[in-house]
Amino acid sequence: MSLRLLARPLLGAIVFAVCAYLVIPTLIVVPISFTQTDYISFPPEGFSLQWYETFLGAGPWRNATLNSFLVAAISALLATVVGTSAALGLHRLPRALARLAIWIVLLPMVVPSIIMAVALYGAFASLDLIGTRIGLILAHALLTLPFVVINVSAVMQKMDWRMVDAARSLGASPNKAFWKVTLPSILPGVIAGLVFAFLTSFDEVVVALFVTGIDSVTLPVQMWNGIRFEISPAVAAASTMLLLLSIFALAAYGAARRVGRSAPEGMNA
Amino acid sequence: MLLAPALVLLAGLLVWPVAELSLRSFADPAGPLVFYERLISVPSYLQILLRTLMFSAGTALLCLLLGYPVAYALANAGPIARGVILIAVMLPFWTNLLVRSYGWIIFLSPRGVLNEALLWLGMIRQPLDLIYNVQGVLIGMTQIMLPYMILPLYAVMTRLDRRLPDAARSLGAGPIATFFKVYVPLTMPGAMAGLLLVFTISLGFFVIPALLGGAKGLMIAQLIEFNINSSLNWGMASALSVTLLATTLAIFWIGDRWFNLGAIWGIER
Repeated sequence: MSLRLLARPLLGAIVFAVCAYLVIPTLIVVPISFTQTDYISFPPEGFSLQWYETFLGAGPWRNATLNSFLVAAISALLATVVGTSAALGLHRLPRALARLAIWIVLLPMVVPSIIMAVALYGAFASLDLIGTRIGLILAHALLTLPFVVINVSAVMQKMDWRMVDAARSLGASPNKAFWKVTLPSILPGVIAGLVFAFLTSFDEVVVALFVTGIDSVTLPVQMWNGIRFEISPAVAAASTMLLLLSIFALAAYGAARRVGRSAPEGMNA
Repeated sequence: MLLAPALVLLAGLLVWPVAELSLRSFADPAGPLVFYERLISVPSYLQILLRTLMFSAGTALLCLLLGYPVAYALANAGPIARGVILIAVMLPFWTNLLVRSYGWIIFLSPRGVLNEALLWLGMIRQPLDLIYNVQGVLIGMTQIMLPYMILPLYAVMTRLDRRLPDAARSLGAGPIATFFKVYVPLTMPGAMAGLLLVFTISLGFFVIPALLGGAKGLMIAQLIEFNINSSLNWGMASALSVTLLATTLAIFWIGDRWFNLGAIWGIER
């Protein structure tokens, strides 16, 4: 018993320390972003919103952010349509074949991003797609495809497929059965996949570093340049905005998953 | 067919570019394996390859060490504590890699938050050397990879048959013996899955070593980038990419066969 009394606070202290380690680098950017100085100091000196003005005002930061939104939105939509279709296709395959096909579909997640970046750089160079938005959108659609398939498949495994059979036997066309029965049932997974795909594209660094040009810089590329070459507090303001976006996306994702009541908690990220 | 769009995307943006990249590694006029020979004969290349393996193994072990108590707490805590810990684990998971790297730069720099605080408290006289070296890479990579260790462990721990540790206790084993002889062996599959996952993903890391590692923390991904962007040596970059890719895929394949790694992504066996 005395051991248990000793073990519990010890475990609590360790868990607290690890949790602090996990959140410190994420949260520390927030106070820095309000600094008055144009260098990083802690505790931040004074209070000012100047770095948010730099971030939101006309200029490279705003352009990069808008570009990221555009790329993330289109590539996530593309990945969601293609991925949902693929998940439905996988479901109909015989089991042995499905297992192989799933691994093929998940490859973009397994191949290291530096290799995807270099391979796409080579391919895009020969297709004249370097520096184009369409190139980056296609690349991000590929990279986020696995997340859509995973989320949709998770919901489909729990779905009651007799509902679809019932609709069909009551005279609904395959098309109508899909739009009226299948899609509403898997919608939480589709939305969760869409949110995840959007955030993944919005955050993607390595492939974007290789295939974007000066005119198509995304926010992560702009941040990369900011961190590598100037370490200005504008990066902290950008980081705080990204943090807010993450929290918002996490809430949306959680809500979609709760509605879907699917898949093991947090396991498919 | 429903899978067709996904397969087109995969063929055009993954299989073809990666195949083309791989071919370049054998395309030296002096012989097909020239680049691979250089990989093991040039000391600085070999050193970086070995360092990549060491860093990845170190990250995996650190993740196990730090993640095990957290997963244990998650599996055994009340709903409120579990919620708080899960947020601490998932929030960084959803936060941009660059935000976290930037946070570490602010926190760990010689004039950063941690060193200033410790100096002020009189606990150290000289700033600790925590960034732009091995320590920086390990601190950054472990923070990024911890969720990949905690989640599989947590999944195994919640599914674990609680009657087995209880049986050990009632048969006279002390709490420590029960923990190490019954509980830990039962959670080994989760630990192995976590170790493999962390090790394999770590091999391809680019952003963290580039921002936190300095010259002493160079890993294979940066060597690939260097060969493309600075020395324009596509053959060497390709040979390095093929080496990294083959290693990654082989470990994932082994992991899936032996430890059902696929279950982490919701793929049933």
